[in-house]
Amino acid sequence: MKRVYVNPEFCLGCKLCEIHCIAAHSKHRNNVLKAFKETRFRPVSRVIVEGDNLNSFAVQCRHCDEMFCAKACITGALQKDPKTGAVAIEESRCVGCWTCVLACPFGAVFRHYGEKKYAVKCDLCGGEESDPACVKHCPNEALVLRE
Amino acid sequence: MFKEGDVRIPSGCAISGIMNTKGIAFSGEKIIQSISLMHDRSNGLGGGFAGYGIYPHFKDYYAFHLFFDNFSAKENTEMYLRQHYHVEFDEAIPTRITSSITDPPIIWRYFVKPKAERLIKSGVVDEEEFIVRSVMNVNRMIEGAYVFSSGKNMGTFKGVGYPEEIGNFFRLEEYKGYIWTAHGRFPTNTPGWWGGAHPFTLLDWSVVHNGEISSYDANRRFLQMHGYTCTLQTDTEAIIYIFDLLARRFRVPLEVAVAVVAAPFWSEIQRMDQEKKELYTALRAVYGSLLINGPFSIILASNNGIMALNDRLKLRPLTVATKNEFLFIASEEAAIREVCPMPDRVWAPRGGKPVFGLLESAFHSRDVLWQQPLAAGYSS
Amino acid sequence: MPIGLITPSFIVERNENKCIQCQVCVRQCANEVHWFDEETQKVFAEDANCVNCHRCVTLCPTSTLLVRKNPLEFRENSNWREDIIRSIYLQAESGGILLAGMGNDQPYPVYWDKLLLNASQVTNPSIDPLREPMELKTFLGRKPETLTIKNGKLHSSLPPQLELEIPVMFSAMSFGSISLNAIKSLAQAAQEVGTYYNTGEGGLHRDLYAFGANTIVQVASGRFGVHPDYLNAGAAIEIKIGQGAKPGIGGHLPGQKVGKAVSETRMIPEGSDALSPAPHHDIYSIEDLRQLIFSLKEATEYTKPVSVKIAAVHNVAAIASGIARAGADIIAIDGFRGGTGATPLRIRDHVGLPIEFALAAVDSRLRQEGIRNQVSIVVAGSIRHSADVVKAIALGADAVYIASSALIALGCHMCQKCYTGKCNWGIATQEPSLVKRLNPQIGARRAANLLRAWKHEIKEMLGGMGINALESLRGNRLMLRGIGLTDRELSILGVSAAGE
Repeated sequence: MKRVYVNPEFCLGCKLCEIHCIAAHSKHRNNVLKAFKETRFRPVSRVIVEGDNLNSFAVQCRHCDEMFCAKACITGALQKDPKTGAVAIEESRCVGCWTCVLACPFGAVFRHYGEKKYAVKCDLCGGEESDPACVKHCPNEALVLRE
Repeated sequence: MFKEGDVRIPSGCAISGIMNTKGIAFSGEKIIQSISLMHDRSNGLGGGFAGYGIYPHFKDYYAFHLFFDNFSAKENTEMYLRQHYHVEFDEAIPTRITSSITDPPIIWRYFVKPKAERLIKSGVVDEEEFIVRSVMNVNRMIEGAYVFSSGKNMGTFKGVGYPEEIGNFFRLEEYKGYIWTAHGRFPTNTPGWWGGAHPFTLLDWSVVHNGEISSYDANRRFLQMHGYTCTLQTDTEAIIYIFDLLARRFRVPLEVAVAVVAAPFWSEIQRMDQEKKELYTALRAVYGSLLINGPFSIILASNNGIMALNDRLKLRPLTVATKNEFLFIASEEAAIREVCPMPDRVWAPRGGKPVFGLLESAFHSRDVLWQQPLAAGYSS
Repeated sequence: MPIGLITPSFIVERNENKCIQCQVCVRQCANEVHWFDEETQKVFAEDANCVNCHRCVTLCPTSTLLVRKNPLEFRENSNWREDIIRSIYLQAESGGILLAGMGNDQPYPVYWDKLLLNASQVTNPSIDPLREPMELKTFLGRKPETLTIKNGKLHSSLPPQLELEIPVMFSAMSFGSISLNAIKSLAQAAQEVGTYYNTGEGGLHRDLYAFGANTIVQVASGRFGVHPDYLNAGAAIEIKIGQGAKPGIGGHLPGQKVGKAVSETRMIPEGSDALSPAPHHDIYSIEDLRQLIFSLKEATEYTKPVSVKIAAVHNVAAIASGIARAGADIIAIDGFRGGTGATPLRIRDHVGLPIEFALAAVDSRLRQEGIRNQVSIVVAGSIRHSADVVKAIALGADAVYIASSALIALGCHMCQKCYTGKCNWGIATQEPSLVKRLNPQIGARRAANLLRAWKHEIKEMLGGMGINALESLRGNRLMLRGIGLTDRELSILGVSAAGE
């Protein structure tokens, strides 16, 4: 399946991926300004940049075959899509116990506090046709979506 | 108003050529008839002819045709000529008084041989080179004098007017030649100078040309490096110098010279076998400045035959026909059918592909066209 | 510390309504203009540090930033202009030579802008490059006066030539002055489009040997990184005598820029200043140049053309003639607007000649001497777009070198601070955290796109003139007309005035 890969050689640590991830998952899809200025419950980024300007890389869900998060999930909210292979969270079933957050070896599951609390993770937001927001907005093409 | 040479004047044209490949001479009537059909391709501001084999009695002498603006120019020229040449015979070129040709210059011809001591003194060993230089000297140095023909057993006749009027004026029906070429001119302003009419000649080579070359200054400045001064600023002048430089000075076979002026495209060179590819790549790399770019159709003639050539995109019309031993070339097919209603074969040569017409007797001669033996017969 | 007299050149304006405090600007500015205040949770700017490189402006996700010229003005004075006053303050503080990057930015006339091109109307047809072949192939190298042809075969082989698909090459920029990623971008673009890039005097990094067929290796007075493999790695060798941004002096690379990779490539100790001598100490005259040319040819078995690059100076025509006669195959001339990584400001702005005049003079001179066809002329020194290329060829050049245009394609914003080594665009820097900002895949794509775009434009202009092969434009000055030029300038350029 296609996943987002990072080339740390060209990751600048600018964190634009995080900003655009937040915008993409806000009520105001892809409008950074409104997402940051007007949303009461600003979503958290599903991608996180580790490191500094020199050595940095962006981490997000690897959509593992051996899914530690799903195994740990107490309600079965985490499932692998049999067709695409993407691991997704069904928000309505998530109780916000954060077991998956603990279980993920990459630290790629994040806690969302809104009207309801639930876990969030990379959902490959672009869909089949286009690149996810983080890939689309990476200024140095350090993030790529590929098999 | 600028005279020809003071300013560059683009012009459109009609061209025509007829050749008897057996070398049997025929009167100039036919070529007048052919070019006059294309009356609308010229505008009365220039017409001219070249005939080969017309001076059988003086065939070993260089026939100099000159225009003089006044008698002092004639005197100065004659002084120069007598200094360097043995003049066998000279006379006014016979003309006919017609209503349409007005204000002609003094037109004179001289049959000359260079003096041996002058040849040695000049340091130029090659007789032809000596002729070329002295023609250029007269044209450049003597005010009001202009040599417009300088070959052996051939001559050009030209002036301001429609070509058929010029032919009539020079009484061309009284001459017999085995090659005739003609030119009708459509200049885009009115220089009104007889020397500016075409054909343009150098030694026994003449060029009639239709087109406006866009590479003119690139060609001219390259020629300048090799001692050619383009005094007339016309394409025709540049073209004949290019062929002279390649064929006579650089000893390039004529067919190769054609591949320089109408070079094959790189895509075509890419498909050639290794040996040819090397040759054509080198030709374009070294002689690129002699590529003639932009539209042209030309008929190049010498005592040994003629060659017709289009630019490589074929941006000007050119038709060729044969009938028995006759070869016809013209801007329009109609101009051929006017004098030869039922040719054996008619075709439009492809861009950049030359058509050669050689005298049968010339096949055994060393100096075919320029100096290089060519494959036999017509090639298209 | 006494009071500093220098006020900020630029001010950074932040639209508070739009700023989301994301701090991308903070993370991206190597000059430390932007900073985040933990206490107020707000981003502020230190204007004095700003060089106006637009990195923050370009990356800001909400377009909240604007950099403008500081409106603070000195009392109007046509003689004591602001830049002059500021430079005196600077020198009074530092006691040193003023440094600058890129090329001469003073308001001298740009003669390219005073030349107009021709097009065909009626008397001869323009040619449509979409429908007809349009050839830009160019060969650089020594041409024999004549070719010997026997039995329809080439009897003498052609001396080594560079074959260009577009008459534009990337000019000399050394590893050291620019980053490895910048060089990789240009090398790959040159390979893709069918042209050449030039190593400059910094040697050839081992990663670049793969691009050897598209490389011109330079030999300069410092001889940095010159060894047999280096000479043989490229397609041609260029002897650098001078460059337009600093005629008369050698290249200077400060020790801070000499890291491990640069030190290995240049074959000098890490951290040492790489100061090229002003002249080649084995070339004090033209006959010495001939020796070096032939030494290099001998070293490479006469398989590569040798170019000699000079800055355009007052008697450039005579010098070029000497170079041609000394055996060079290519003469590269760099005009006074040519760029550089670091040069004394006063030399950059006051020494040398416009490339247009230098080219016209050299081409005319070589033609007068009948040797123009033997050598190729490459011109550099601010070729900004395809029309400049066409004008240069029509004036008499065989090809052009571009460098500033190429760097702008890679992201350079002409802030002229290359000499600080803090290029925010990852171009003129050796700091690993900055170098990584230029992804050579992106750089190569952009540089190649620029060449392709110019290629299309050159073809359109050629076709308009009724020309379908570049060689017919070379030295075809009839295709040019001058506008707003004096008779003297027109005669030096060898072109007629517009309307003539």
